[in-house]
Amino acid sequence: MENLMATLKAQIVEQLNLQEVKPEDIGDDMPLFKDGLGLDSIDALELIVLLQQHYRIRIANPEKGPEIFHSVRTIADFITAHQQQNN
Amino acid sequence: MSGNDVWVLGGGVICGIGNNVPECIASFRQMKPGMTTMQYLSSTHRDSFPVVEVKADNATLAARAGLPAHISRTALLSAVAAKEAWNSAQLGNIREYRVGLVSANTVGGMDKTEDFFAEYLQDNQSGRLRNVVNHECGSITELVADTLGIRHHVSTISTACSSSANAIMYGARLLKNNLVDVVIAGGTDALTRFTLNGFNTLMILDQQACRPFDDTRTGLNLGEGAGYIVMVSDAIAKKMEIHPWCKLTGYANANDAYHQTASSPDGIGNYLAMQQAMEMAGITPADMSYINLHGTGTLNNDLSEGTAIQRLFGNAVPPVSSTKSFTGHTLGASGGIEAVFAALAVKEGYLYPNAQFSHQMKELTFSPVTTFSEGNVINNVMSNSFGFGGNCSSLVFSKDVNT
Amino acid sequence: MDSTGLNITGSVVIRNNRIYRNNVVIWETPEDQPLPDFLRAAYDHFSGQYPKFHKMDHLSKLGWLAAEVLLQHRPFTGYAPEQVGLILANRSASLDTDLRYFDSIKEFPSPALFVYTLANIVMGEISIRHGFKGENAFFTSDAYDEQLLMDYTKQLLAEGAVSAVLCGWIEVMGSGYEVILHQIEK
Repeated sequence: MENLMATLKAQIVEQLNLQEVKPEDIGDDMPLFKDGLGLDSIDALELIVLLQQHYRIRIANPEKGPEIFHSVRTIADFITAHQQQNN
Repeated sequence: MSGNDVWVLGGGVICGIGNNVPECIASFRQMKPGMTTMQYLSSTHRDSFPVVEVKADNATLAARAGLPAHISRTALLSAVAAKEAWNSAQLGNIREYRVGLVSANTVGGMDKTEDFFAEYLQDNQSGRLRNVVNHECGSITELVADTLGIRHHVSTISTACSSSANAIMYGARLLKNNLVDVVIAGGTDALTRFTLNGFNTLMILDQQACRPFDDTRTGLNLGEGAGYIVMVSDAIAKKMEIHPWCKLTGYANANDAYHQTASSPDGIGNYLAMQQAMEMAGITPADMSYINLHGTGTLNNDLSEGTAIQRLFGNAVPPVSSTKSFTGHTLGASGGIEAVFAALAVKEGYLYPNAQFSHQMKELTFSPVTTFSEGNVINNVMSNSFGFGGNCSSLVFSKDVNT
Repeated sequence: MDSTGLNITGSVVIRNNRIYRNNVVIWETPEDQPLPDFLRAAYDHFSGQYPKFHKMDHLSKLGWLAAEVLLQHRPFTGYAPEQVGLILANRSASLDTDLRYFDSIKEFPSPALFVYTLANIVMGEISIRHGFKGENAFFTSDAYDEQLLMDYTKQLLAEGAVSAVLCGWIEVMGSGYEVILHQIEK
């Protein structure tokens, strides 16, 4: 879980072109949108692309975005749950 | 504003519900929206997303446009609608006037570029270069100006979905400054894989027919087409016998300054555009007879636009509808197509229906008109066009009080 | 007032990796520095503090930078947000980004690139940065027609649509770019 979160942070910085943020600056439970990391609706779509590209997980319904993408931990939980489901 | 009026003498439209204005009106009358499975566009998303294509192939359009069939569909659609507009204005020979063509588009010759790209990606020595020479937006307008015989002023505006409305504003200013006698203004856009894939990545395409201003809406349908109005200034109008449809009495553009693509929750840009256009027209909310909504059918647009309308009109919202529920969202052409519908509403007393409406939006106190009617008393109509980049425009068309 | 009859209160030109303000070079990097590196260096030099910059396409970055260079020096003060307009033009519209987006389609189409495939997004970015809510127009034409843009600006000021304007040319296609931006006040 810790490893997955560290990998995710690096992938988020890369995918969203957050040039002034270091992966370790992102807290596990820090809100990614609005007051936290300040991501917007286009970033949310890029996160959907990230999950598809790196984890082969498709999110067809963007409405679920806010729930899944609340923080690095919630994304990691979602990925883990998805992978267990498929095993 | 007397002495500085801008008269609308005619208009032309080609879109997914008709190859000309009478065919479009017939589709409204018969409640026949134009969404279908794509026939002319080739895409892997064929079975996922309905589109609103113009029901004609390029060869047919080219014959009507008087242009070669190998050029971009964006130019073919433009020439067809611009010719209908010119003819409906009954001004005779175009060479007898100083005429301006102000035509907007957002995709340029992208359809042909896509054909080129397929071959080019396989082998960078292949692909026909004539497919890319008219890629850029301005070159589409030049092609159409040449075929219409327009030499005095040719301009292209590209401001996303508000492009055509801004072209009409710009055209009105050319007239007010006596730079030309007549202006043909509006816009054109053809469907392309580029736009379809792009809107798909934004996840705002509806897999069913779009439902503007409905609580269950989930996105837009892309359409294609072109629409133009023909305008003259007061000074020119006095010199000749004209048969005007109405006047363009107000226009305004504002920037929402919120996000590249999303509208602000309070619709501040929408509000400013509508409010300033009405102020210019010298009318109050109570004078408004009908609003042709931007009404794309996305969650975000309809909520912002509705919120701004409620703020401006309070409890007295006039009849409203989104004709995109018939034509789909034709992007750079939408403001031109809808300007023709709006101007015609003033002339004929039409109220256009909003198709696919059945559930009242929770956040709003008003709902759109759902049936076609004519012979209504229509004094002032507003046409809204709100685009990416926060670019928001509203036009007001009014009945001439003396006619 | 100058010969245009407009009150031009500032001008910026960016070409060949040199930034001129009011005809004086105020900052430069080697001419052979690639555009992305030049843009990043300019961002760092002229403030930073706007992380969204890194997400923009080249057209928006150039527009953002030019506006920054002008407005840090002489802010628009005393104008309501809806009284500040933008009138821009270029040759290639958003083609530079269109092609990058085309390229991304081969793997996963990028939403973040797609939103920049319209020429006028640069006006949106400048408006968001500075809170401008006035009239915006973006022209595409083969060559920079300064007269047209100046006349249009004059008309906007005369009819009271706006009281202050940023107007000019922001062109980028591949490694080639040119920016000419004027600050005009009533």
